[in-house]
Amino acid sequence: MAGALYIAEPAAAVSAVALDGLTLFFHAPSGMTHIVAAPAPEILGALRDGPADAAELIRRLRAHFDFEGDAEAAIRARLDELEAAGLVRRA
Amino acid sequence: MRHQLAIQIGPVAFRIGSAWRSPLDALAGLYADYPEPADGLCDFTVRLEPEKFWRRFIRPSVAIRGDYILPDAVPLSLAHGLLAAEMGMNLQMALGQKRYLLLHAATVEKDGRALVMTGESGAGKSTLAALLGERGWRLMGDEFALLDMDNGLLLPFPRAVSLKNGAIAVMEAEVDAARFGPRLDGTPKGAIRHMRPNGDALSRMGEGARPALILFPRFGEAAAVRAVGQAEVFIRLTQASTNYVALGRRGFDALTGLVRGVPALAIDYPDTDTAVGLIDDFRRELAA
Amino acid sequence: MNNARLLVRALRAPASIGDCDWAGLVSAARAEQLIGSLAFRMEGRPMPARIAALFEDARRDSAHARTQALWEAEMARRALAPLDVPMILMKGTAFHAADFDACIGRSVGDLDIMVPRDRLAAVEAALLDAGWEHVKDAEGYDDAYYRRWMHELPPLIHRTRDRMIDVHHTILPLTARPRPDAEAMIAASATLDSGLRILCPADIVIHAACHLFADGDLAGGLRNLWDIDRLLREFASPDFWRILDERARLHQLHGPVARALRLANRLYATPVDHALAGRPRLSDRLFEARLLARNGWGQEKRKLLRFAFYIRGHWLRMPPMMLARHLWTKATR
Repeated sequence: MAGALYIAEPAAAVSAVALDGLTLFFHAPSGMTHIVAAPAPEILGALRDGPADAAELIRRLRAHFDFEGDAEAAIRARLDELEAAGLVRRA
Repeated sequence: MRHQLAIQIGPVAFRIGSAWRSPLDALAGLYADYPEPADGLCDFTVRLEPEKFWRRFIRPSVAIRGDYILPDAVPLSLAHGLLAAEMGMNLQMALGQKRYLLLHAATVEKDGRALVMTGESGAGKSTLAALLGERGWRLMGDEFALLDMDNGLLLPFPRAVSLKNGAIAVMEAEVDAARFGPRLDGTPKGAIRHMRPNGDALSRMGEGARPALILFPRFGEAAAVRAVGQAEVFIRLTQASTNYVALGRRGFDALTGLVRGVPALAIDYPDTDTAVGLIDDFRRELAA
Repeated sequence: MNNARLLVRALRAPASIGDCDWAGLVSAARAEQLIGSLAFRMEGRPMPARIAALFEDARRDSAHARTQALWEAEMARRALAPLDVPMILMKGTAFHAADFDACIGRSVGDLDIMVPRDRLAAVEAALLDAGWEHVKDAEGYDDAYYRRWMHELPPLIHRTRDRMIDVHHTILPLTARPRPDAEAMIAASATLDSGLRILCPADIVIHAACHLFADGDLAGGLRNLWDIDRLLREFASPDFWRILDERARLHQLHGPVARALRLANRLYATPVDHALAGRPRLSDRLFEARLLARNGWGQEKRKLLRFAFYIRGHWLRMPPMMLARHLWTKATR
């Protein structure tokens, strides 16, 4: 059964700067800065191909990255955080 | 207001009004040699007022007010009126300054290169900066570093240095008594004495400098130095900034520019002389 | 020199400001939360360089305030979307969302929204779920009082963004004598292109007018009247005045609305419908004096007048018996 569909803020709304190991996002619509670690930037990138639910998102990420440990739980947790930060929303 | 005084400090002009004369007399003494604002205007207003009207006379109580106010601020006694004036100016900068990115940091400059020292209160940055200011460096400020978001330069804000407790004696040993304000005991932070920066710092208060090194000093440990990663520097600098969140993209671009363009070191030091020595070493390396 | 008068004149007629007490003008504007509006009104006028730079700072700051205000509205919208409840923006955020003239330079503190009273519990739960928290101060007497008698939930603050949201179910406390018709306000609300909702123009003005008086001590009154001036100039039309009159009567706020029109006309030369505004009253002068009670250092003057208005403000919201009990309980805490 499909879960909630997630949509990422468009690339034009988010400026990314990579510092050692972490990524800074400046999100223009909110004026806020977010400091995130992998897999958050990768999640945003994967969602830019189109809205997806958590299962589809994981599938997209598996296609490009190797998963270790309980990566699925980590992805769901980061997705929740991105939603709380406003960088991702439900369709 | 009954009494008033105007002071220019770096690019910022304050007017300070007071219901009592004594705090402004003390302020005028401490800030002798500072220019008055050339245009007779100001950027921020500080007001020292009685908490209730009768407290102007009976157990006088100085409420710190002005353009920007902390609603639950505790008033100070009249004996600490000078401290109230200083805190009032700090408050206007912390809450009202939006033109420059503000960092809680001490800044010193030599040969056009600025060194920014930031970290927790009590880490000794003010004392270090004050000492360096007497040892061939120019003191640009001990409380706030002002980053110009258009060109990445640091601008001076050479306020009177706020020395606390043990640091007071350290500087009294180095500096002419005429440059000190009164010693204030029993403040919420212990003993405080203010010290005016030297003539070089004041005469060059309009001269910015390019940041060359960010330093996170920590007092009370055996001497050690380590490089600090850019992500950590960014996070620590946003924590040290009172106005980053109000500045939007300009602040983001300026701070990421600073962090990516300027190296950062954390140093532990057992005493100020060791720190001064370490810092002079860094400067030589940067100049080489 | 009374710099509140200078502030009013600068807003009303920027071209009339030549050499003046610039420091006093800036301090008065900051004290009245009008520095942004003033900075836009005075843009391009001749003035000392330092003041021009301060005004530029204020305009920039204002743009950022707008971004933050609209973002709060968006995050509230996302949190309440699953509930399918009408969420109506109010005050400064509404001005920005609708791009009304009143939004120019307008600072915004809290997000104010209105929802139907019977959905309050669900709305509160959804907001708590989405990261808002109760402000710690509400406890014991105050919290119970708030929920029973007030026109809004106890304020909530977002745990990471540190911004407050006030959820209203009507525009005046239930203890107040006027009983505005909240259902009628919701029914008449308008939907913007963005999907966000605002009150209809007449209700926006009525809400602004009662805010000016219901808060009693008139703090922020000059800004409130400036809002009203900007709104009335934009909405003015024969139809609008007629509807404003009808709805002011419907919401039992005809008196405050008429006074708001008279005061806006007095201070800001707002063109108003004179039938609706009515004849000037002696008490208008008292209100005006209170509104202009700020000197060139930003200090509030005329303390006795201020206290009188504080008592009056509470009386407007609570019958006298309740007022006495409330003030007594407050004093003994």
